[in-house]
Amino acid sequence: MAITVVEVRQLARLASLAVDEAEAQRLAGELQAIVGYVEQLSQVDTAGIAPVANVAGLSSVLRPDVPGPMFATAQVLANAPARNEVAILVPKVVER
Amino acid sequence: MTESITAIAAAVNGGRSARNAVEHSLHAAERDTLNAIIRVHRPRAVAAADVVDARVRSGERLPLAGVPLVIKDNLCLTGAEVGCCSKILAGFIAPYTATAVARLEAAGAVVVATANMDEFAMGSSNETSCRGPVRHPLDPARVPGGSSGGCAAAVAAGIAPLALGSDTGGSIRQPASLCGVVGAKPSYGAVSRYGLIAFGSSLDQIGPFAADVAGAETAFRAMAGHDPLDSTSAAHSWAPVDQTIDPRAALRGLRVGWCPAHVAGLAPGVRARLDAAKSALESAGARLVEVELPHERFAVAVYYVIATGEAASNLARFDGIRFGHRASDPKDLGDLYARSRAEGFGAEVRRRIFLGTYVLSTGYYDAYYKKAQQVRALIVRDYQQAFASCDVLLGPASPTTAFRRGEKTADPLQMYLSDVFTIATNLAGVPGVSVPFGADERGLPVGMQLQAALGDDARMWQVAAGLEALAR
Repeated sequence: MAITVVEVRQLARLASLAVDEAEAQRLAGELQAIVGYVEQLSQVDTAGIAPVANVAGLSSVLRPDVPGPMFATAQVLANAPARNEVAILVPKVVER
Repeated sequence: MTESITAIAAAVNGGRSARNAVEHSLHAAERDTLNAIIRVHRPRAVAAADVVDARVRSGERLPLAGVPLVIKDNLCLTGAEVGCCSKILAGFIAPYTATAVARLEAAGAVVVATANMDEFAMGSSNETSCRGPVRHPLDPARVPGGSSGGCAAAVAAGIAPLALGSDTGGSIRQPASLCGVVGAKPSYGAVSRYGLIAFGSSLDQIGPFAADVAGAETAFRAMAGHDPLDSTSAAHSWAPVDQTIDPRAALRGLRVGWCPAHVAGLAPGVRARLDAAKSALESAGARLVEVELPHERFAVAVYYVIATGEAASNLARFDGIRFGHRASDPKDLGDLYARSRAEGFGAEVRRRIFLGTYVLSTGYYDAYYKKAQQVRALIVRDYQQAFASCDVLLGPASPTTAFRRGEKTADPLQMYLSDVFTIATNLAGVPGVSVPFGADERGLPVGMQLQAALGDDARMWQVAAGLEALAR
C-alpha cells in the first residue's frame, strides 16, 4: 500500500507536527520504504499468539499511597518558556 | 590510558584524594577533541569529590570511590542542563537526579561531564545530534556508533573510566563494539529508568561503559535494584560475580550457544574474530552449541514498529508549553504545538514520530502494532527455548566495525540494520554485553556480544570476564 502525501499530511495533524511540502514529499517515500520492509511481518503465523506489551510480566504496579515531597511551583515554572509568578502562559484558546 | 575503575576506587579508599582522580578527568573533558563531551560539570564535580574524600576519611569504603563518571545527555542531574542533544529541550534544567546516577554517586562516583548522543537516542552513528557528530577516537573520519556514541568515545579515549548510557535497540552495545570498550544492557527492569528521558519505554534500559568487565560490573551492581519510582523496576536481587573464581576456569563446561544465521553478512574482519572467540572458548573448556532463534530475522521490523509507536507517544509531551523550545508568534494553540515541535525536533526524530503515528493509527494498528507485539512474543519464546540448551549466547555485537561518517545517512533503513544483532535483546528483555575481542584488518575494534537469560545478569558478567581474559 502506497503512503501518499495526503496521508503524510493527515499524520502530521495527528502528531501535531508541522510539515512543509518538500518534507511531506520526502517522508512519503521514506515511510513507504520502511513500511514496505515492515510488511515482512505478515509472513509470520501469529494465530493464537497473545501480544507482548512488556517482558517483565508486570501488570498494574502500585506503590504505597504515602504523601511525599513534590516539586515547588517555582521549580516547575522555571523551565516554562512563557510564565508569570503562578502559571504557565499559553495563547488564548477560547474566543468570546 | 586512564587507570581502571578498580584501581581508582582502591587508591581513593586507601587515602589518595578523589579530587586528584576527578581533576585528571575534568582536564581531559575540557580538552576533548572528539566532540564526545558537550558539557563539563567542573564546580559540581570538585565539590562532589571533596564529599567522597570526607566520606572515606570518616571510614566509609565505597565501591566507586572517586571514579569519574560521564553521563549521556538523556539522564537527569539536579540543577544541570539535560537535552537529549535536541533543540526542543534547549535550556531545560533537570529538577531531579536519575536514580541510576544517584546510586552511582552514593557508591562514590563523581559526575564530571555530559556526553553527546544521537538526538533522543535515535541513531546508530551519533550523526543525528543537534550538537554535531562525535569522532571515532582511532579515526576522526569514522563514527563511534550510536546512540551513546559520546559515552563510548569518552571511555575509549580515556576521558573518564566510567560512562552511563541507555540502550533501546543496541545504543550501548553497538558503540561499545565500534570503540573497543565494554558496554552492557542489563536485564529489563534491573536498573531504574527514573530520570532517563524516555524513548521506547518497554525497551529502554540504562547501562555502563567501562574499559574492563570488572569496572562495568561494579557499576551495574551499584545501580541495580528495585526503585519505587519506576513501576517497571524488578524486585530481584542482583548477585555479584564471585571474584574468587578465575574467570577462565569458570568457562569450563559452560554451554555457549551461537547462531549459524549470524555469520551471513558479517564483514570479514568481524567474522574472523567471531571464529577466534569460538575457538578460544572451546580451548578454555566451553562447549559450543548451535542454536536457532527462528524469529530473530524479524526483529528489526518488529522494533521499528514498537519503538517508534512508543516514541511517538513519549515524545508527545514535548509541545512547547511546559518546557523547551516554543515557536514565536503562534496564530493559535494548534499552531504553537505544530511549529514548536517541527522547529525543535531533527529530521530523524520527526521521521520516527511519523512512523510511530502511522503504526498506531486507526486502521493500521492491528496490521502493524498488534502484529509486531505478537512477533515479539515469538522472539521472547525463541530466547527461552535457546536458553534451555545453552547458558549464554555468543555472537557479534555489530555486523561491521566503525564505518565512515556519512556512509549510511542517506538511507534510514541501512542505518537501522546496523543494530541487527542487538535489537532482539531489547525485544526479549534479556541482558547483553559487548566485550572487546581484537580488531579487524584496519585495526578497528571488534566486540563480541554475550547474552544471557532474563535475570541471569551475574552469569553474563562472569562469562564476559572469561572472554575478556581470553582476548588478552
